[in-house]
Amino acid sequence: MELAYSFDERPLWQRLNLADWLFAALLVVAAGVTYYRYGAYMDVYEQGILAGSTVGLIALGWFWKAWRLFLPLAGAIALLAIQLYQGDLARGQSAFWLRFVLSSQSAIMWMCTLFFLATAVYWMGLLTRSALLGRMGSGLTWSAAVLGFAGMLTRWYESYLIGSDIGHIPVSNLYEVFVLFCLITALMYLYYEAKFAARQMGAFVLLVISAAVGFILWYTFDRQAHEIQPLIPALQSWWMKIHVPANFVGYGSFSIAAMLGIAQLLVRYGWLKDKLPSAEMLDEVMYKAIAVGFLFFTIATILGAMWAADAWGGYWSWDPKETWALIVWLNYAAWLHVRLVKGWRGTPLAWWAVIGVFVTSFAFLGVNMFLSGLHSYGTL
Amino acid sequence: MKKPSRHASFSYSLYELLSSMRFAIGLLTIIAIASVIGTVLKQNEPYPNYAFEFGQFWFVAFDWLGLYDVYHSAWFLTILAFLVISTSLCILRNGPGFIKDMKAFREKATDSSLAAMQHSEEFEAANASPEQLQGYLAAKGFRLRQHRRDDGTLVLAAKKGAANKLGYFFAHIAMVVICLGGLLDGNLPLKLGELFGRVVPETRDLPQSQIPEQSRLSTRNLSFRGNVTVAENKSADVVFINSGNGYLVQELPFIVTLKKFHVDYYSNGMPKLFASDIVVTDKATGKETPATVKVNHPLIVDGVAIYQASFGDGGSPLNFKAWNLASPEMAPAKIEGVSLSSQPLRANGKAYQLEFGEFRQFNIENMERSKAEGAKSLTERMHDAREVKRDKNLKNVGPSITFKLRDEQGQAREYHHYMSPIEQDGASYLIAGMRKTVAEPFQYLRLPLDDDLKIDTFMRLRAALKNPALYDEIARRSTAKAMQGSAISPAMRQQFEESVKWILARFGEGGFSALEQFLDQRVPADKRQAVAQTYIKILQGAVVDVMAVANERAGAKPLTQDGRHYRFLLDSLVAASSLNDYGVPVFLQLDGFTQVQASGLQMTRSPGKTLVYLGSLMLVIGIVLMFYIREVRLWIRLGNGRVRLAMTSNRHNRDLDEDFRRHRDAIQQLVRGA
Ligand code: HEM
Repeated sequence: MELAYSFDERPLWQRLNLADWLFAALLVVAAGVTYYRYGAYMDVYEQGILAGSTVGLIALGWFWKAWRLFLPLAGAIALLAIQLYQGDLARGQSAFWLRFVLSSQSAIMWMCTLFFLATAVYWMGLLTRSALLGRMGSGLTWSAAVLGFAGMLTRWYESYLIGSDIGHIPVSNLYEVFVLFCLITALMYLYYEAKFAARQMGAFVLLVISAAVGFILWYTFDRQAHEIQPLIPALQSWWMKIHVPANFVGYGSFSIAAMLGIAQLLVRYGWLKDKLPSAEMLDEVMYKAIAVGFLFFTIATILGAMWAADAWGGYWSWDPKETWALIVWLNYAAWLHVRLVKGWRGTPLAWWAVIGVFVTSFAFLGVNMFLSGLHSYGTL
Repeated sequence: MKKPSRHASFSYSLYELLSSMRFAIGLLTIIAIASVIGTVLKQNEPYPNYAFEFGQFWFVAFDWLGLYDVYHSAWFLTILAFLVISTSLCILRNGPGFIKDMKAFREKATDSSLAAMQHSEEFEAANASPEQLQGYLAAKGFRLRQHRRDDGTLVLAAKKGAANKLGYFFAHIAMVVICLGGLLDGNLPLKLGELFGRVVPETRDLPQSQIPEQSRLSTRNLSFRGNVTVAENKSADVVFINSGNGYLVQELPFIVTLKKFHVDYYSNGMPKLFASDIVVTDKATGKETPATVKVNHPLIVDGVAIYQASFGDGGSPLNFKAWNLASPEMAPAKIEGVSLSSQPLRANGKAYQLEFGEFRQFNIENMERSKAEGAKSLTERMHDAREVKRDKNLKNVGPSITFKLRDEQGQAREYHHYMSPIEQDGASYLIAGMRKTVAEPFQYLRLPLDDDLKIDTFMRLRAALKNPALYDEIARRSTAKAMQGSAISPAMRQQFEESVKWILARFGEGGFSALEQFLDQRVPADKRQAVAQTYIKILQGAVVDVMAVANERAGAKPLTQDGRHYRFLLDSLVAASSLNDYGVPVFLQLDGFTQVQASGLQMTRSPGKTLVYLGSLMLVIGIVLMFYIREVRLWIRLGNGRVRLAMTSNRHNRDLDEDFRRHRDAIQQLVRGA
């Protein structure tokens, strides 16, 4: 992900092809229609976010070509689902396609299944050194991501069918952000997989996604956490729309880094050595993941502080969630320093990345489960 | 990092240490660990809670270590200060070198150093043209400088991505800026004032106007964060700041008046909106600013931001019916009170202090009594998993009030009374909770309501149950009924009557537990079960007659005889029995209210915020520059028919190998093709 230095020195606009422009045009039209239909319900910040995300998504498509196919596909599936609903939530249980494939819960359950399958296939591919199985693993991961993303978009729509005052973007509770985590981690992984042409990494990265999927299933079947709940006042803010996804790019990257750290340690200790890519390459991808994660986590923490200033009256209250975000951040800052300034490489950093993900998961989950604070919305 | 050739004095080694990487990492680690403590140990709780939790010794020890407010303790702030110093020194130390580096092209690099670089190659080139190579490098975005050595060879020194080093400055200066902003808002002057005893937190619960000068902060105070609760149609011109085991009073430059507080609910009972309509009146100019503050939508006046932080009862006038439990035949008295205040109360010749807690107009409860989740079948779970909407049976069960009744010895019981009829399993009740200590959960009584949804019938029944003068009549009727149904023989008549009277007397005195006590003391264990059954049966038969007699006496309509009303009577027995443990001789039935709400407002002045945001922006820019701009240097040395190409970067990765190969191929083509 070197932004500034690429061998092709032609200016950006010369490097773009027809498909790039078509993609951009599609997104601009989609944003235009959205604005035309819903602009009246948005405040100025939300309009800003709409414009910003349109630009951002176009940029992402130009930077990562696979995105140009992924996004329209997921969008089309969601539109199909919306079409089938005909404005009536009950059709989710009666219309065949909604009931079994396209309603948000069905799509998300398909996503879960496909992620499990992908994990198994990646592992078989790794152990048998089969390129074909590796490709199948990628295909399954892509399909899971498409359905998951479409499911989230559909869920967004469904929330408005429940009640116009209840509708909101699905990044507001633990269930929704877990799906988001799976999606972001999978997509980032798919990017690295293509860039480094190393499908063997999938076996490891998909393990952490599978763990998250396991949580989603437990949360759904045992706790009914998938039900759409209205937003409590503290969450009714446009900050949520950017703070939460930015955080999850961070969490996703740190998880990828930890799993690659494990792979790297295995190679360094001589296990699966003949089946996995070289330790140096795993090291490099691990570093890149942490670098991206650190940037986004920094941004997310800053956004969180700005939101806190609006919602709670202070940009920093040493609330447990904030404090743990700081701890995570300090941890990776130290990691980056010893790597870049002290020149550490290999085993110790790989171990550190693995431990880092435990710190991160505590910040993500442990704080919600064990510590109370403003993030559990105790005051209002 | 090379050592300057200055000899190592003490101050230099100190500088060396403070600006070193390991010192910085050490500080980061300590901050992380200290932060963990602050999240595990709940911060800023009332001090008695800590003393209760840890015992006296640890309570004092932890207090001394400042663990109840880690992030404002002197040692934590000191570490932060060291981090600022360390980072500043690091910038001072690396800065000059980095700046020189950013400017330098290193065109004087020697042949041997070029050859020693990891990416370096030499090849034949008979007719290399410097102009062409310069053109190539410029096209690739390099800036370059040439140098002709004394021996006639030409060195083209090129570089790009100098902004990477700029990133170091951005990110690290950002840290200093953020910490300074934080220290400013951490209110260092106030902390120092407290340290030297100029400012003393108040620990007593005084009216605001009586709080002494040493605990008050003037409006000139640079930064603060405090809270105040304002009831509807009341005003506040100060906020309270928690400080250790006390609080400080911060004067505001304006007066805030709460006009109205709003809560809205979603259809499923979850809160949807908390908002306060306020008017802010400037003390100096008298200018009034009306506004509505909501969660996520603060109001900023005079550099002070006003936030919606919490809400509650603001002291609502209430009406009660006081039922004298000791003289049950008396009609209820009328009592008035105001929530959140206390007043004396005399009941049955004893003096009590009636301390009202919070009045709540809405109580949203989950009425769902569906199957336990664990009992669901797989198919049901699959079905549930598909639906994003499930209708929860949330219901507003109406107003409630909590209060304590404290006797002359200072002992208090706490009560939680609802006002509206609450339906349970098809019958309506008045619900009242009682507990002896705050640590216990409330035990709830269900007083059954009559056809008019009043407790009067129940109270009448209870009065009759406790009135021995009626027992003869009741026993006579019960016995007659029993004989009619041939449940007893005429010979047993006398004995049965006595039993009924005896059971009524026992029950009237002490409820079911009195009967149980008797059984435990007088009846052999193996017979208890059977005797108890008999007693209950007799009681359940007699209660119908108790009701009938009571109604006749009061001139009230007789109770319809059906299952629903029989259940009313059985429920009444249970309720009458439980009322014996109620603890005080008066039952306060909430009968009316005028709601007055209060809004908790948080007000802050944080001049450091701008610095923190500026620092944050710099931090992001800095990180982007450091990570995503690669500093690359490239040298081409031309002379004696040969070309040497060398390349370095501050980040080594596989892209660099690839780039080197491509540059080399392109340049080889250039120098050969020409
Ligand atoms: C508040 C604590 C600090 C934070 C959060 C912080 C953050 C960072 C970050 C994010 C990087 C980027 C890593 C990279 O180049 O990719 C970095 C690099 C660096 N930091 Fe720090 N830093 C801190 C304190 C220090 C201190 C005290 C020193 C002095 C020893 C220092 C020296 C450096 C150096 C020399 C680099 C590499 C710059 C380069 O080569 O371009 N940092 N720091």
